[in-house]
Amino acid sequence: MKSFSVTLLMAFFVASSLFAQSDKYTGAMKKNITELDDALKNNSMAALAGNFERIATAEKTQWLPYYYASYCTVMAAYMEQDKSKTDAIADKAEGFIKKAEELAGAENAETCIIKSMIASAHMMVDPQARWMQYGQASASNIEKAKKLDPANPRAYYLDAQGKFYTPEAFGGGKTVAKPVFEKAIELFGSFKPASELHPSWGLTSAQYFLSQCN
Amino acid sequence: MKQLPLLLNLILLSSFAMGQTLISGKIKDPKGKGVAGASISLKDSYDGGTSDSTGLYRFKTTETGEHLIMVTCIGYKPIEQKISIGAEALNLDLILKEEPNELKAVVITAGTFEASDRKRAAAVLNSIDIVTTASANGDVTGAIKTLPGAQQVGESEGLFVRGGTAAETKIYIDGTLVNNFFFSSVPNVAQFGRFSPFLFKGTVFSTGGYSALYGQALSSALILESIDLPDQTSANIGVTILGVNAGYQQLAKNKKSSWGGGYSYTNLWPAFKIIKQRQDYKQAPVFHNADFNFRIKTSKTGIIKYYGYLSTNQLDFTVNSLDSLGYKDRFGLKNLNTFHNLTWRENLGRRWKLNTALSFSINKDDIEGNMANEAGNKVLLTGLEFKNFGLTNRSQFFNSRIVFEKKLKGLSAIRFGNEFNYSNEKNTYTLYNNQQFPGRLEQNTVSGFAEADIYITNNVAAKTGLRAEHSSYLNKTNLAPRISLAYKLGNQSQASLAYGVFYQNPERRYLPAPVQLGFLKASHYIAQYQKTSSLITFRAEVFYKKYHNLLKTGFVNNREVATGNNGFGDAKGFEFFWRDKKTIKNLDYWISYSYLDTKRDFLNFPFAIQPNFAAKHTTSLVVKKFITKLKMNLNGSYNFASGRPYYNIQTDLNGPKFTDRGTIPAYHNVSFSINYLPKIGKQGAKSFAVYVLQVSNVFNTKQVYGYQYSYNALRKEAIVPPSRMFVFIGAFISFGVDRTDDAINSNL
Repeated sequence: MKSFSVTLLMAFFVASSLFAQSDKYTGAMKKNITELDDALKNNSMAALAGNFERIATAEKTQWLPYYYASYCTVMAAYMEQDKSKTDAIADKAEGFIKKAEELAGAENAETCIIKSMIASAHMMVDPQARWMQYGQASASNIEKAKKLDPANPRAYYLDAQGKFYTPEAFGGGKTVAKPVFEKAIELFGSFKPASELHPSWGLTSAQYFLSQCN
Repeated sequence: MKQLPLLLNLILLSSFAMGQTLISGKIKDPKGKGVAGASISLKDSYDGGTSDSTGLYRFKTTETGEHLIMVTCIGYKPIEQKISIGAEALNLDLILKEEPNELKAVVITAGTFEASDRKRAAAVLNSIDIVTTASANGDVTGAIKTLPGAQQVGESEGLFVRGGTAAETKIYIDGTLVNNFFFSSVPNVAQFGRFSPFLFKGTVFSTGGYSALYGQALSSALILESIDLPDQTSANIGVTILGVNAGYQQLAKNKKSSWGGGYSYTNLWPAFKIIKQRQDYKQAPVFHNADFNFRIKTSKTGIIKYYGYLSTNQLDFTVNSLDSLGYKDRFGLKNLNTFHNLTWRENLGRRWKLNTALSFSINKDDIEGNMANEAGNKVLLTGLEFKNFGLTNRSQFFNSRIVFEKKLKGLSAIRFGNEFNYSNEKNTYTLYNNQQFPGRLEQNTVSGFAEADIYITNNVAAKTGLRAEHSSYLNKTNLAPRISLAYKLGNQSQASLAYGVFYQNPERRYLPAPVQLGFLKASHYIAQYQKTSSLITFRAEVFYKKYHNLLKTGFVNNREVATGNNGFGDAKGFEFFWRDKKTIKNLDYWISYSYLDTKRDFLNFPFAIQPNFAAKHTTSLVVKKFITKLKMNLNGSYNFASGRPYYNIQTDLNGPKFTDRGTIPAYHNVSFSINYLPKIGKQGAKSFAVYVLQVSNVFNTKQVYGYQYSYNALRKEAIVPPSRMFVFIGAFISFGVDRTDDAINSNL
């Protein structure tokens, strides 16, 4: 009986330390993921990107922390008022997403979405001069994301957002964007992230934009 | 068994009750100013924080003992420091040093205008600006002429910079000298450049003080960098009132190589039927141009590029002769030109870079001139026999260059290499009586150069260089030092200084000479102030240029040849450039102004005078507006030059003297163009079309470029453009073949 309890105890100990390791990762990721919405409101995406970057560099083998670090950084690039700084921030996001893709083994729909966002951030610095280069890069990454995962709601959400901000004369506008937002929201309804740590952002923003379409 | 839950509790408690240590402090730059947005982390842990707007940070950690603390921030060098974490709160201030950063660092810009898509302070235009400048007529040098330093000379091609002649500006493609950049000269009609602006991704226009990597140009260097791999496989066609063109670019599936080619046919007959020309064309200008290219990536950073070009053109016209009333002067030209350029660029590792280029070109001109009667038939008039002549020119050029670059610490670098220019020209001048005067000139120019970019900090940079050239024709060697400095005054402003000595071989048209000649020489002194943000650029520049050993000429057998090197001159002035994309939404404009005070004694000038190609005041205003609703780009430009002097210089036994002189009226030119892009922004569009309408000299103003005289100087006539106003209409369509081949099939 005694030996049994010792064995049990030892087993528990080992399991608990193992569990503690991955639990620490999951816990930290979850905590930071729940902060995404607030960070967006408080304009503190850069700081949150730092949190994800620390997890990424400590873990070394996980692609998701790099993915989130890139997402937060590109959002920070969008929010940067001083356009002379935008390119450097977007380049940083680019570095993170490249690492994420290396660790994930290949590009996937989610990384393509981020790459599209990075191209858009570059484009926003000087839309007229950069439209040819970055506009195309942004659109082709969305297309790639849709191809890799036709049920991904974020691909449609970003597509719709791009249309929303594109002047009507260029084939954009609210009326064009509306059905795509609706499609995105429909896809959000059936979308199941691969795990609780996998990307699931976008629904609230898509709903907000849809409300602006009327 | 009772102990087990207790034990469990203990384990759980212990992991919660681990001590947390507070680490806080300030992230500063070397001047002590707080650095915002820096990320602080403990290596291999999740713990860390981000500095706030004043540079302060704080975070808690459960780690203890020796750890590495790391700080990273955009624009700064990352740092690591060992710390020991105990129970006590830790206060730690850390200093970040600025990272040498091409985007933020000072750039030596004195004398330099860059048009490229690179995000640098030197880039004041981007590639697309060249094409959309209204007065440029889609010509590279046309757009360059709206920048300060360049003159509005309309009677001949080329760039006249800061009191220099067109021959004092040299044009380079990927590092090699281009010998016949423009189509062959036609009397009083400026010719276009041979190369499409779409071939180039970067243009550097230097109005002086340029790098030791370039030589053989007293005044200016126009440095063009060709594009690398295209973005996608595509085909394009164009139809204009001047002709048709088609091209194809194939990008390999692995995006490692590409090839392509194009052909264009230009015939000015229809345009000249509608827009009356001063010249009476028996053969309107007809051009056939074909080109071919391939580009192969040799490594991540290396690329081999080839561009080949073949062109023929011909024209034949008469104008009323000044020399004998009732008769006409005929001019006929046939030209064949081929240009091949092969370049290889590679990173050799250990921060060494190689840039090498070869170019080869052949040019053939057959020119015929004669007097003609009313009916256009050739006649020989007594006393004017010299007007009936033939001139053939066969020339071959070979240019090569190799440059090694080693990046040193930060942004500093050294560069060295050599350049070789070979030219072999054969002329035959045929008199009215078929007497022939053959001439041949073979020249080698070998140059070696070395240059260092020294970045003392992000804010102070120097570029020093030395160039040596040996000319086989002159049998002389020169040594040209160059130095420039740049100092960053503030976040967006900087000041630069440049000094340099520049040499050039005597112009070939005045050779061979009956006397021993030397290099022509110019010294440049330039000071510049620049303030740039991403949407506004302001530049002011002052310069002084001293010319030594310019060519003097005399007449031998009716031919103007060099008779000595004792010409001289100087040029001084100031220039402004202002570009603003910010103040008015969707409106982009630039203004340039140049003041030039120059005199020189060269060629057949009797003494030092303001040359006839130099205006005191030159101004350009270029406006571009994109109207989103209409999908139209409206471009306008206004070019102004104050009246240039004109002279008629006749040489008799007592030497050269003026038989007439004066000042031409000021030059005004208002041009506009409309680009209509119906498919812009259309998602999933398979083709992209641009429709262009361009009108130069909208107000039909009379423009006078100078005067020409009868041989006896008794009659004169204004040199004016072939037509006052010119209208260009064209459609250009490109098909991205990447998505679907159907686009071509359904559109062709």
